[in-house]
Amino acid sequence: MRRNWLALVILAIVLIALPLAIRNEYYVNLASQILIYALLAVSVNILLGYGGMVSLGHASFVGLASYGAVLMLNAGFGHLLSAVVAIIFSTACGALFGLLALRASGIGFLMITLALGQIVWGIAYRANTITNGDNGLRYAERPAPFGIDINAAPNFYWFTLIVFAIALFFVWRLTRSPFGAALQGARDQPRRMRMLGHNVWLIQWLAFVLASFWGSVAGLLFVYYNLFISPHAIALQQSAEVLLMAILGGASTLTGPILGAVIITLVKNVASTYIDRWNTLLGAIFVIVIMFMPFGLVPGLRQLWLRWKRPAKAERAA
Amino acid sequence: MDSGPRAIARGRNDEAAMQFWIIQTLNSIAFGGLLFLLSSGFSLAFGLMRIPNLAHGGFFMLGAYLGATITYFGGSFWLAMLGAGLGVGLVGILFERLILRQLAGNVQGQVLVTLGVSFIIADLCLLIWTGDPWTLPAPAELRPPIRFAGFAFPTFRLVVFVLAIVTAVALYVLMERTRLGAMIRAGVDDMEMARGVGIPVSLLFTVVFCLGAVLAGIGGTLGAPTLNAYPGLDADMLPLALIVVILGGAGSLLGAFVGSFVVGFLYNFGIALFPDLAYFILFLPMVLVLVFRPQGLFGRVVS
Repeated sequence: MRRNWLALVILAIVLIALPLAIRNEYYVNLASQILIYALLAVSVNILLGYGGMVSLGHASFVGLASYGAVLMLNAGFGHLLSAVVAIIFSTACGALFGLLALRASGIGFLMITLALGQIVWGIAYRANTITNGDNGLRYAERPAPFGIDINAAPNFYWFTLIVFAIALFFVWRLTRSPFGAALQGARDQPRRMRMLGHNVWLIQWLAFVLASFWGSVAGLLFVYYNLFISPHAIALQQSAEVLLMAILGGASTLTGPILGAVIITLVKNVASTYIDRWNTLLGAIFVIVIMFMPFGLVPGLRQLWLRWKRPAKAERAA
Repeated sequence: MDSGPRAIARGRNDEAAMQFWIIQTLNSIAFGGLLFLLSSGFSLAFGLMRIPNLAHGGFFMLGAYLGATITYFGGSFWLAMLGAGLGVGLVGILFERLILRQLAGNVQGQVLVTLGVSFIIADLCLLIWTGDPWTLPAPAELRPPIRFAGFAFPTFRLVVFVLAIVTAVALYVLMERTRLGAMIRAGVDDMEMARGVGIPVSLLFTVVFCLGAVLAGIGGTLGAPTLNAYPGLDADMLPLALIVVILGGAGSLLGAFVGSFVVGFLYNFGIALFPDLAYFILFLPMVLVLVFRPQGLFGRVVS
């Protein structure tokens, strides 16, 4: 236990010191991007990993929060009010989407989230008068929380890191709480959970709302990072990418989606400098991961680690 | 009484409005027919294999591109339709045999793999056919409009509708009147039992999946004269197929038929009358059906 804490403290120091160590603005921005995607992947994993619900519409919360915030800002409202209203609006849409998607389970759930996500995308794309269609919306500057300027790359990285740490702590507590246990119970044995007096539907709906809340927070970070939002950012590819991050890393773990976000974001950035065919590569990774690594990297690596450790123990015993 | 010229002008306006409604109604019917070609195979495969093929929009787009290419090299429209159907059908067989088959039993994995394949199809189409839209002219003999009672009716759209009806009847006969159809229905209703009595369910998977791909390919070619083949056509069509199946119910031919025309009318009139809200209008019937009848209008099982 103490060793775990030590590892966590060291990791925290490394993450905080990162911009000082790498200095190059491009890489600091890349690190911020990774954190934003990691937050998205962790939020979709509340549904996927702990709830067993495959959502293909998670990017819509990025869109709802981003468009909400930018539209408010461009209408002349302040940063704090815009952020709060955008998050509330996006989470409320999430609550509504949850009501609809949970009318079905399994594949039906997946299809409904996909259809809802595409409808949000379609509105962003077609409602020219509000969203400026394909050209997207721009905004001039990042907010200054507590008067601190976060326009510089390192400052923005630290800001994102703080939000990410809060979110991760929350999700970690959530998974260890009675609610987290109930959510996993509802995933594995919904009938028994119902027998035991749990309201399975309510548990899953609350998980959906929480996932959409943290997805909206990631969306707000996303629009602060880019200062731009267009329908491309909320297309089906984005929802699928985020889902792939969680699956690649290992949906049954807390750290898996983070590792997946690191890998996919890096591959995407490296690949896009050399080839134009990112979507082919994304599709191919998708197919390969699902066919050959359905449980993801973290559980796989953990198994390797245990297998490597166990013979050592056996030797010592002998 | 109005004086002469104004009455004539109003009469013309009425006539123009009438023509607008006629054209839009025909467009809706033709679009509903296209949606039926797209979603009937999708729905049947979904009913039997329990997975929505998320690459189905990609199949449709591939059909449109293949059709446009065949006519570009001098083939007739009908040859293009045939070629696109066969080409996409072949892709469907390969996909089912080489990939989906490997994941038998893992429904979630299968769905995600179809999504991955849809990205690959979309990206390779972009690579081969570039980002510029490809047009596919309607066959020359169907281009002049039919004139009836003073109004012009677009001939090609009527033909699309007729072809959709012919397909619907053929599928109905296949499903209800043939041995193959009986086996498919048995598989949809109770797969374990169907296997138990010796029906080769896994062979049916390939047949139905391929049939869906062929129909999507033909639909793509038939849709190309009105929609064009462009990158993103797949992402435009897939949600429509999903909504048709959510409305109509998975595995139900009648559901796919009714759903297609409901969505065809709503989408088409939505775009014509409230272009900004066309997608939102589709959302409403879906919400109503989900709230009151989650298995779809004609679905037998909750998916």
